[in-house]
Amino acid sequence: MLEVRGVRKSFDGFLAVNDASVSVAKGQIAAIIGPNGAGKTTLFNLITGHLRPDAGAIVLEGRDITGLAPHDVCRLGMGRSFQRTNIFPKLTVYQNVQAAFLSHRGRGRDLWSRVDELYRAETESLLGSLGLRERAGEVSGFLSHGGQKQLELGIALASEPSLLLLDEPTAGMSVTETRETIRLVERIARERGLTLLFTEHDMEVVFSIAQKITVLHQGRIIADGAPADVRADPEVRRVYLGER
Amino acid sequence: MTRRIPWGLLLIAVALAVPALGSRFYTFLANDVLIWALFATSLNLLVGYTGLVSFGHAAYFGIGAYTTGILMKKLSLPFLLAFPAAGVLAGAAALVFGFFCVRLTRIYFAMLTLAFAQIVWAICFKWNEVTGGEQGMPEIPYPSLDWMGRLPLLGSLRTSDHFYLVSVVLVALCLWLLRRVVGSPFGRMLTTIRENAERAEFIGVNVRRYELAAFVLAGAFAGLAGGLFGIFNRGVFPDFAYWTKSSEVLIMTLLGGMGMFYGPALGALVLILLNQQIVSYTEYWPFVLGTILIVLLFVFPGGLAGALGTAARRLRRAA
Repeated sequence: MLEVRGVRKSFDGFLAVNDASVSVAKGQIAAIIGPNGAGKTTLFNLITGHLRPDAGAIVLEGRDITGLAPHDVCRLGMGRSFQRTNIFPKLTVYQNVQAAFLSHRGRGRDLWSRVDELYRAETESLLGSLGLRERAGEVSGFLSHGGQKQLELGIALASEPSLLLLDEPTAGMSVTETRETIRLVERIARERGLTLLFTEHDMEVVFSIAQKITVLHQGRIIADGAPADVRADPEVRRVYLGER
Repeated sequence: MTRRIPWGLLLIAVALAVPALGSRFYTFLANDVLIWALFATSLNLLVGYTGLVSFGHAAYFGIGAYTTGILMKKLSLPFLLAFPAAGVLAGAAALVFGFFCVRLTRIYFAMLTLAFAQIVWAICFKWNEVTGGEQGMPEIPYPSLDWMGRLPLLGSLRTSDHFYLVSVVLVALCLWLLRRVVGSPFGRMLTTIRENAERAEFIGVNVRRYELAAFVLAGAFAGLAGGLFGIFNRGVFPDFAYWTKSSEVLIMTLLGGMGMFYGPALGALVLILLNQQIVSYTEYWPFVLGTILIVLLFVFPGGLAGALGTAARRLRRAA
């Protein structure tokens, strides 16, 4: 599904990601973990085209997407949520998700139709599955932090991605919210047959749903494999799990 | 359910009735407001809907004015050709300038729009053979509207009144088109760019291309406004494209309220009327006007239209 091959990126001489290779199989739920500053978000930005790698290649379903612009990557079936919540704050919840449908279905060039009713059924059903149906008319910037995170998931899902990247989907959430969100993500991934790649700081969350874990440390991958193997890996225990 | 009041049609009816007052001055004022309303609304497509603050919107207004002026005066082409040509040429210029501008963001975008506008102004100012240079191009002819004189009720009106009626219809048409654009899926994509360009990019919106499209549309409608203004003003002059015009139209947009479609038009109305009133009282009118503007912008951060909207909602709740 997704293959990251020997990707490298440096900023002003600081090597943020160093020769990283990750592969995610179709339908898999994969996680990238690592301490703060390990390069997780940079790696995500490289995959989604927000950054261009200095070396290496990104391959999505057999197609080399290295250096494509984010909007093109998005069109090829990759959805993402951002670590710092990234919605359209002055639009309503409904409009947020609807906009993603409009763009994905190629209606953005339509200068004539009235926008309000387009894809209403799709939008409302997606909001329903996220538990946001009742809040459809609210201005999204006023939602709680957790609500905004869920909405962002909705925006990403409206692009009907086959691969979904979630950057810290539960950042800043309470324990209950975290649990709910993870259950939601897992359910939606299963229902839609999504391939999922996410970063997360909460180890309990990671080990509860990930089928494969990649550990990043100072820009390098130090372990990559099934949760049990990663948990047992001596280097991982030393640099990361042991720190807690 | 209450029937919606067709405010737009009512306004058009009121506007069409102005010449019946018989005052040359009122018609003049109304025509001025009308054209600036279109100009400001076209700018708001950028400022209010796409989140791009242009400091050089007068360039396209000026290009439109010169286009219509030159075609009608020097080539004696009919208004029916010269008017759309203003939109086409201004839009084409916006396409070229916009191509570079949308590559920059925020203040750099604003600076580049200003720079291009000053280039347009300099060309108008210096290219004597075509634009008449510093002296401009006086005596742009009115379109031939004799047919209107043969219509019932309109026979007794002046040519300037006839042109005013044409302006009402054309501006109404342009505003209706802009309104459709703003309420279309395309318009919604522009709003997502204003709200969060990074996120817009990752729902698949090619941000630069949409920004350019908005820039071209805004430029084209500013050009149409300019085309009308040259005839209304009975002459086209380089200062149409000067930066003070760009700032004037920006002030109207902000004063009226960029959050609402008709805000900028309201801003045009208020600013022009204020200007008229204050000029007749004191020679220090820029000082008084500036003070009023500062107060208004502080008291109504959403502009006049925003304040009216809030008031209307309160009234409705109280009723």
